[in-house]
Amino acid sequence: MSDTHAQSVAYVRDTMLPEQAPPVSEAGVIKWLRENLFPGPVNAILTLLAIYFIYKIVAGSLPWFLNGVWTASSLAECREILQGTTGGCFSVLTERWNQLLFGFKYPSDQYWRPLLAFVLLIVAAAPVLFAHLPRRLLVFSAIYPFVAFWLIWGGTILAPVIALAGIIAGLLVFRRTEASGFATASLAGLVSAVVIWWLGGFLSAAASDVLALRPVPSRDMGGFMLNMILGTVCVSLSLPIGILLALGRQSHMPIIKWICVLFIEFIRGVPLITLLFVANVVLSYFFPPETNLDLIIRVIIMITAFASAYIAEVIRGGLAALPRGQYEAADSLGLDYAQSMRLVILPQALKISIPGIVNVAVGLFKDTTLVSVISMFDLVGMIRGPILASTEWNGVYWELWGFAVLSFFVVCYGISQYSQWLERQLQRDHR
Amino acid sequence: MAEQAQMQISDEVAITIENMNKWFGSFHVLRDINLTVNRGERIVIAGPSGSGKSTLIRCINALEEHQKGRIVVDGTLLSSDLKNIDKIRSEVGMVFQHFNLFPHLTILENCTLAPIWVRKIPKKEAEATAMHFLEKVKIPEQADKYPGQLSGGQQQRVAIARSLCMRPRIMLFDEPTSALDPEMIKEVLDTMVELAEEGMTMLCVTHEMGFARQVANRVIFMDQGQIVEQNEPEEFFNNPQSERTKLFLSQILGH
Repeated sequence: MSDTHAQSVAYVRDTMLPEQAPPVSEAGVIKWLRENLFPGPVNAILTLLAIYFIYKIVAGSLPWFLNGVWTASSLAECREILQGTTGGCFSVLTERWNQLLFGFKYPSDQYWRPLLAFVLLIVAAAPVLFAHLPRRLLVFSAIYPFVAFWLIWGGTILAPVIALAGIIAGLLVFRRTEASGFATASLAGLVSAVVIWWLGGFLSAAASDVLALRPVPSRDMGGFMLNMILGTVCVSLSLPIGILLALGRQSHMPIIKWICVLFIEFIRGVPLITLLFVANVVLSYFFPPETNLDLIIRVIIMITAFASAYIAEVIRGGLAALPRGQYEAADSLGLDYAQSMRLVILPQALKISIPGIVNVAVGLFKDTTLVSVISMFDLVGMIRGPILASTEWNGVYWELWGFAVLSFFVVCYGISQYSQWLERQLQRDHR
Repeated sequence: MAEQAQMQISDEVAITIENMNKWFGSFHVLRDINLTVNRGERIVIAGPSGSGKSTLIRCINALEEHQKGRIVVDGTLLSSDLKNIDKIRSEVGMVFQHFNLFPHLTILENCTLAPIWVRKIPKKEAEATAMHFLEKVKIPEQADKYPGQLSGGQQQRVAIARSLCMRPRIMLFDEPTSALDPEMIKEVLDTMVELAEEGMTMLCVTHEMGFARQVANRVIFMDQGQIVEQNEPEEFFNNPQSERTKLFLSQILGH
């Protein structure tokens, strides 16, 4: 080898040239400007136009923000302070801050309860959302719904404790009797849970002041808190229900299949707003006359049903995207139906479905504002009703709706960012 | 080689198929299949595409349902009873043309999934078994990677290891090398030869006639859903009986 080179290569470099700085046009700000803003005459004109419009928007809105009044107690006072200059009247936000967050009826000395529930929500959601946190934290996530119910609605702590005890007892009985078949075990579990709830009902009625917080009825909930309650509860319920519906729709058992198909097609064919009217007015006709199902629970049932039908279809898409070989490989290894779904099929199908599920979740969260139509005072209901109708703040639109937009945007953008992060985390192939 | 292989076959029957028929809709895919496989026997199934080779071995672990006839695998009658089907599937390993590894699990997790959940083996023990078989297919260093990071040949060897981790008594191969580059075919075939030499009962649908010559006790030729001819590899290749077999062999060995 060296021989051939000795004859064919006459010139050998023994010192390497040092690295040189690139010319000015190829580096730094100038290169960036040339490449991105002024690559040609048309683009240069567009850039200048865009700069002009951005200037107009900023010049128009900046004084509005900078001259904003934060301390007046009514719109009239605001205008007096501004004396004709441009400026936002942000004092409506400061003055009605608690109403925007909690509604106008939630007892003001109890605001710490929903706030604490919100902080605990972050703690409870963290291990569900981030898989690298210790798995033991999930225990808190499991009991969080009962804690949150107690904090927000108040009353004796016995009620949620008994509800939790019933569920635990049901699960334990199910585990014990599982060998005798799925149907028998489910029934046994259900019966034992109902017995505990029934017995516990007497107990909590008799001892209604054990660790009791001041009870707050559902009609007193309002503001952004109501949107958060509905959004969190409905999203977390509709995901598992949607998965079951999607699997049911694929089932080989005709009855299960047709129940799922009927449910999904019916719910998808109906506007959410009509379902909410049904929840508000008609649903009570379907229950025995003496029962009085809480309005929030009725609304939660309807929004959950609505969202789970959509999520079911999104997940069905994910299931259909998996190659048949995955089902066959799971089958050929002897995994039963539940195992192959839980360990092989769903982890992959759900990963594919993440963008669609997040789409539904974000839509659902924004749709919670529709409850303002059935006279519940969520954030939009509060602004439309009590605040804009008051003599002090009649006419303050930009500031209030801007606040509503911002509140929803922060939450929805957060959900969207999380989902993109999750997709990157679950990336398994190196393309 | 052939004689040595003959020695390992026992009289014990591993699979019996009697008068088995299968239809896809009104299309009659398998017609009156009769086949007995003894323990330790290595059978290669050849034939043109659409002849029902794959369907035949997929019937053995009930990935396809047969409509008529009897299949007895390892003493268990294959019926619509789910318990029987799951039992047979856990005793019969299967390797697919497209590997069908689980892309969301690491190589090691792919291998331990079924032993842990079906056989209820403790995780540590299942991992030790998995590493043993990964060493056997010569890729223990890939254990913590994901299937997407491996080459086709490596993925197929993992798929073989994954099946072996269930300690199956019978292995089915459904065109295991058809989706591979020529270079990678050899590494997979080597693994299969090794497995055959250990006395595993194997049914293999393949177009690798060299493999059939080297390993098989019996070559079965199928056409139009029927077993046209079966014989020892030596006889099968050198002295085919039916016209259809002669045509097939001349076409695949011709170039």
